[in-house]
Amino acid sequence: MAHSSTAVRGGGDSSAPARRHTPGQRPRRRGMPAWLVPYALLLPGLAVIAALLLYPLYQMVEMSFHEVGLRQIRAINPTPAEFVGLDNYRSIFESDLFWTSLRNTVVFAVVTVALTLILGTLVGLLLNKLGTKMSTFVVVGIMAAWATPPTAQAVVWKWLFDSDAGVVNWALNLLPDWLSNLVFGRSDWSGQPWFNDTITLYLVLVVAVVWASFPFIAVSVLAGLKSIPSELYEAARMDGATGASTFRKITFPLLKPVFSVLVVLSIIWDFKVFTQLYLLAGGTVNRDAFNLSLWSYAEAFSSPPKMGLGAAIAVVLTGILLVITFVYVRNIIKTEDVR
Amino acid sequence: MSPLTRKRLGRIALNAAGIAVFLFAVFPVYWMVATAFKPNDQIFTTSFIPFPDPPSMDHVSRVFTEGVAGHSVWRYLLNSTIVAVSAVVMGAVFALLAATAVARFRFRFRTSFLILLLIVQMVPSEALLIPLFTMVKRLGLYDQLLGLIVINVGLTLPFSVWMLRTFVAAVPRELEEASWIDGANRFTTFWRVLFPLVAPGLVATSIFSFITTWNEFVFALTLIGDQGKYTMPVALQFFVGQRSTDWGGIMAASTLMTIPVLIFFLLVQRRMVSGLVAGAVKG
Repeated sequence: MAHSSTAVRGGGDSSAPARRHTPGQRPRRRGMPAWLVPYALLLPGLAVIAALLLYPLYQMVEMSFHEVGLRQIRAINPTPAEFVGLDNYRSIFESDLFWTSLRNTVVFAVVTVALTLILGTLVGLLLNKLGTKMSTFVVVGIMAAWATPPTAQAVVWKWLFDSDAGVVNWALNLLPDWLSNLVFGRSDWSGQPWFNDTITLYLVLVVAVVWASFPFIAVSVLAGLKSIPSELYEAARMDGATGASTFRKITFPLLKPVFSVLVVLSIIWDFKVFTQLYLLAGGTVNRDAFNLSLWSYAEAFSSPPKMGLGAAIAVVLTGILLVITFVYVRNIIKTEDVR
Repeated sequence: MSPLTRKRLGRIALNAAGIAVFLFAVFPVYWMVATAFKPNDQIFTTSFIPFPDPPSMDHVSRVFTEGVAGHSVWRYLLNSTIVAVSAVVMGAVFALLAATAVARFRFRFRTSFLILLLIVQMVPSEALLIPLFTMVKRLGLYDQLLGLIVINVGLTLPFSVWMLRTFVAAVPRELEEASWIDGANRFTTFWRVLFPLVAPGLVATSIFSFITTWNEFVFALTLIGDQGKYTMPVALQFFVGQRSTDWGGIMAASTLMTIPVLIFFLLVQRRMVSGLVAGAVKG
């Protein structure tokens, strides 16, 4: 692509037919040469991204091949890190924690993404069917869940599932005994400790994260639905299509691009969940509850810090995420005007 | 059943489902606020007390006077505000310049830059925690709000540029051409013509960055050790004690932390979706 000499007035797009001035006709200005302007504008932002995102990314990979402890990170007179080759990776893959935290990460992400998307889509479809007033009412309601900061989400759900005074145990006790026995095999929920066991801890985490993330899916699906021309549905109705086949044949295909973005964004968010897990699990004491982010954090920031090992775990996590999102980035580049 | 009653029943079912969704979404938030205003004997009970009776300001005033971890929550709210506002202002300047470059100019590496923006957004910030921590430590910025501010600028910038470029692109070029023909220089054209027209978009983008920075937990947790410099999300966990949790206090503090986000959310709710999805799908 050639350097554009059409400065502030912008042009640049040489195929534009309505171009009235050619660069030569414009009066010469003092100051920076026109071709330099975009680079000058870009420079500060690019410097920030390079220093705070790209360089650390490189450093993360480099650290994963080194042993980095307290003496390497002190401000005054740090010792150079010792190169240990693939040792950090070897100890990750040999560790039992790798498999439990990988399992926790993947199972949590799959379950949460699926539930979030199903619930969000259903609510989006519902919002589209509701009258204007009711729809606005529900949208304002789900905004409240969406707007709650992650730390507040965690503490609120921890409180709702509190063993002694939590509302959830109270509500479960309200169930008729036969039903509770039939479904859960027990009828007394008083004092049920949800956060001691990894499975129930993750159950609460799933509920909290789905609660906080379905509104975004619902509102996005609603926006997508509104953009589908109603003629299509009329035609389908005339042809005698049922509700389910209308969804399968019209709604879903047309919303597919929106869905694919939503799926990838949800995967990214749920794969690396940290804040809510950290707070619900009460920090890094329960090693069974680690996912990859929490494990990486625990290795790097407990004493003695093993930063190299933590970095290697982060590399594994980032690698998995980049593979998943590669498809998404490629799709955006295809459809988007990045050229 | 006549078609009319069926239709009416369908409508009732839909509205009932709407109310159920509303309750599921709102109840935890309501419960947070209700708990904040309940006296302790209505909190630590196995029975269900739907609303504070009578409402008590004990917890709210206590988190301000006594506070947690040795400081009043004023301190933490102030720290959070300093970090979020500084990061937003710095980020807005960088984002506006970069967005103008991308939306208004064709130049070499433009495509590469946009792809770079997409890819860095995919990198989990938790993964950058370790290298950024060592960097901050080496630069002597550990325990300083400045370090946190700078890192939040970096974390929010890619998305800000991505979102803001659509706003810049929406401003008609003819206006800038006219200003150019009238003899204005580049800076005047940018400042007097483009900037006022992009301002609403800049506000929306800034609100996004504000919410992200205000909520940010992991970096605030790792880069700050001095309790007097904690931000609100980090201070929150100190209501959880070894043996018992101060639920009234933590709910009061959570409510205080959530209020600004909720207000901002309602302000930008329309752009929320277009920013995240449409912005990601078709720019």
